[in-house]
Amino acid sequence: MKSDVLIIGGGLMGACTALYLAKRGVKSIVLDKDHSGRHASGVNAGGLRKLNRNPAEIPLTVEASRIWSHIQELVDSDCDVKLSGQVRVAESDADMELLETRAALVRELGYEHEQMINRDKLYELVPALAPHCLGALWCEDDGFARPYHATTAFRRKAESLGADFHSHTALNALEREGDNWLASTHMGEIRAPVVVNASGAWGARLASTIGDQIPVKPGAPTLMVTERLPHFIDPVVGAASRKLSFKQMQNGTVIIGGAHMARLDMVNERSEIDYRTMAESARTVTTLFPQMADARIVRFWAGIEGFTPDHIPVIGPSINAPGLFHAFGFSAHGFQLSPVVGRILSELILDGQSSLPIEPFRADRFPTG
Amino acid sequence: MKSHYPLVIIGAGPAGLAAATTASEHGIETALLDEQPAPGGQIYRNIESMPTQRAELLGSEYQRGEKLVQLMRSSNTHYFSDASVWSLNGQLELGVLHQGRAHLIHADQVIIAGGAQERPVPFPGWTLPGVMNAGAGQILLKQSGLVPSDGVVLAGSGPLLLLLAWQYLNAGVDVKAVLDVQPMSNWLRAAPYLPKALLAHHYITKGLRYKRDLKAAGVLTRHGVKDLRAIGGGHVQAVDYIHRNKLYSIKTPLLLTHFGVIPQTHLSRAASCAHEWNTAQQCWRPVNDVWGATDIKGISVAGDNAGIGGARTAEHNGRLAAFNAIHQMGHISQGERDKKAKKDLRWMKDELLIRPFLDAMFRPPSIMLTHPTDEEILCRCEEVTAGDIRKVLEEGHQTPNAVKFHTRCGMGPCQGRQCADSVAQLIAYETGTNPRDIEPYRVRPPVKPITIGQLAGMEQNSEE
Repeated sequence: MKSDVLIIGGGLMGACTALYLAKRGVKSIVLDKDHSGRHASGVNAGGLRKLNRNPAEIPLTVEASRIWSHIQELVDSDCDVKLSGQVRVAESDADMELLETRAALVRELGYEHEQMINRDKLYELVPALAPHCLGALWCEDDGFARPYHATTAFRRKAESLGADFHSHTALNALEREGDNWLASTHMGEIRAPVVVNASGAWGARLASTIGDQIPVKPGAPTLMVTERLPHFIDPVVGAASRKLSFKQMQNGTVIIGGAHMARLDMVNERSEIDYRTMAESARTVTTLFPQMADARIVRFWAGIEGFTPDHIPVIGPSINAPGLFHAFGFSAHGFQLSPVVGRILSELILDGQSSLPIEPFRADRFPTG
Repeated sequence: MKSHYPLVIIGAGPAGLAAATTASEHGIETALLDEQPAPGGQIYRNIESMPTQRAELLGSEYQRGEKLVQLMRSSNTHYFSDASVWSLNGQLELGVLHQGRAHLIHADQVIIAGGAQERPVPFPGWTLPGVMNAGAGQILLKQSGLVPSDGVVLAGSGPLLLLLAWQYLNAGVDVKAVLDVQPMSNWLRAAPYLPKALLAHHYITKGLRYKRDLKAAGVLTRHGVKDLRAIGGGHVQAVDYIHRNKLYSIKTPLLLTHFGVIPQTHLSRAASCAHEWNTAQQCWRPVNDVWGATDIKGISVAGDNAGIGGARTAEHNGRLAAFNAIHQMGHISQGERDKKAKKDLRWMKDELLIRPFLDAMFRPPSIMLTHPTDEEILCRCEEVTAGDIRKVLEEGHQTPNAVKFHTRCGMGPCQGRQCADSVAQLIAYETGTNPRDIEPYRVRPPVKPITIGQLAGMEQNSEE
């Protein structure tokens, strides 16, 4: 088989890259060792968050936000997007100071999307919140979507424009053959001049086979979801000094996260929930939303994701190999960025440069040895 | 509750009771965890406080539980009622909710004796109010002596249906009909196993007695019933069925159905034990040997949880699992284990004689298991119909986990207990595969309900 571009990993980044390439008439083959959205892409918390991003990510997140607000035009599906805002609440004076410093930083960089709000405005937005909070950082047009639906929508749209997805097709070997890459899989050899490494938690392993040592480590952040509850909250709630992400989905269930890690067995790709950290997460919830104490937990789960030491992704050309681009290591906050990353990858491949600044995400930024 | 016990047994039915008594007698510190307020399991529910009159109408098999419970009570077993296990992993860490408080405990050996659940079989109208599992009817009878006051129709297959009809008859209930959906071909399927089954005749004589009594009382009994339907708007009003190519309708405010029982596999799945599809019993069960040992070190299964065998077999199962656990912990040698287990091993041999006959005889018609109509709801929690599932199958998502991702089927509060088997069988049928080759839903904890508040309170009391 031959293709213009071979994408390894059919998750969000791979599917979005295939989509933007297809929009410009470039065919790609996308391989997934499981199926699209099996791991981090399909089972994440679905947050569409500009709030509190690393400054390096701000130009990307702002553009991604614009794309999400018109997602129907891109993929013919609304991906269940709900733009009801995200808040990061302050529970003490120290928290308020922290948030004000942050707001000032974002303003200095020339952006207006993160706004401080006072106590009254906070309780107007989130009346269900426990009464001890003092204010919050607020991003009005943030929100959330349903990740598995989004991944599927990106994939289907890409497929309808000619991208060729193969699930349960692992990459067995990847090597150079003249000006091409030669990939071996159980369905035979695939030749392509360009390869995209969008393989998430498995990204560093693939990178090392072509000589790029990138210190991305797999991890399994845990989420829990409750039974369906009557609608009581619109914005996604985080906290300045706690690990929390709290949102009520359209169907009434409440998804609770906070980057608590499960114990990961990467060989068998299984994770064991660490209930002590889940108990801590539950205490955070009952402190901020005491009425949640009686809500039944329906499910705990953990998705397998790649984490960089500086918690910002790797996006850009390979350190050592020509015609290979990386997009992985999103460190559990790649969902919102995915369409813009897909566009950037298509630009790198077709135009030789990105329309947005990606210097901070270079693959060779990590100290060696 | 301590944070560690050498042996933890989950479920205080016949298997768990026998296992706990055996282990305690051998000086093993044993915790017996059970969800119910009193020991006995489903089969001997409420045995300790059952009024004599009600006990008599439940039959002599029921009264057998009394001695089992007494033996456990007089042993050194640490028995915890109102204790549900919401998590079990391969490291033998258990999440327990005991009287509303969450604990995290560890064990060196775990015996899962959680019993069976009724096989959910979708048919038109099965989600209407007034249509219930026969097991639920029996619980009400055992727990509080409640019986249907305006009459009942019983429909389905399996020994419990017959037993409940007989118990209701004794309690003076208006049993309007017993509709047996077993195809007549089951007789042919079962016949080859009959000679051997007669060697273990106590099962068969019992069943014949129930049938004789029902007939003598003039209860309408139909065999080979097809196209069972519950009819009604907001509540069931009638039951329609076809018998010998003729359509019948019976007015009733209550339809109790039963299609046999299947092992509760959520805990063993959560602990990542291997499971296999059992063609004879049409269900998954944990892969286990004669001692009940699974492929996960330290975890064994006993009783109906290990594969459907009934209450008497469960006792022997429980003892076998206990002897093996005691041996694994180094308290007795392998030779001692085998010697002590002799009687129980012999029972298991006999059980192998009768089980194939019962499995073949009471097998629900495959048409009901594999051909739900498009409008039938398979997942009651998320209201997913067979038609919804066929749609995603056509789109190429042909495994239970992919169906779950796309339709939310199995993602509700019952954790897929009601739809896992129906979905697998529908997929197997529609894609021309064997259920054996289908990977069932991945089970996510908690396998039993726990609230945010209960989980929040866990850390403080887990070291008590």
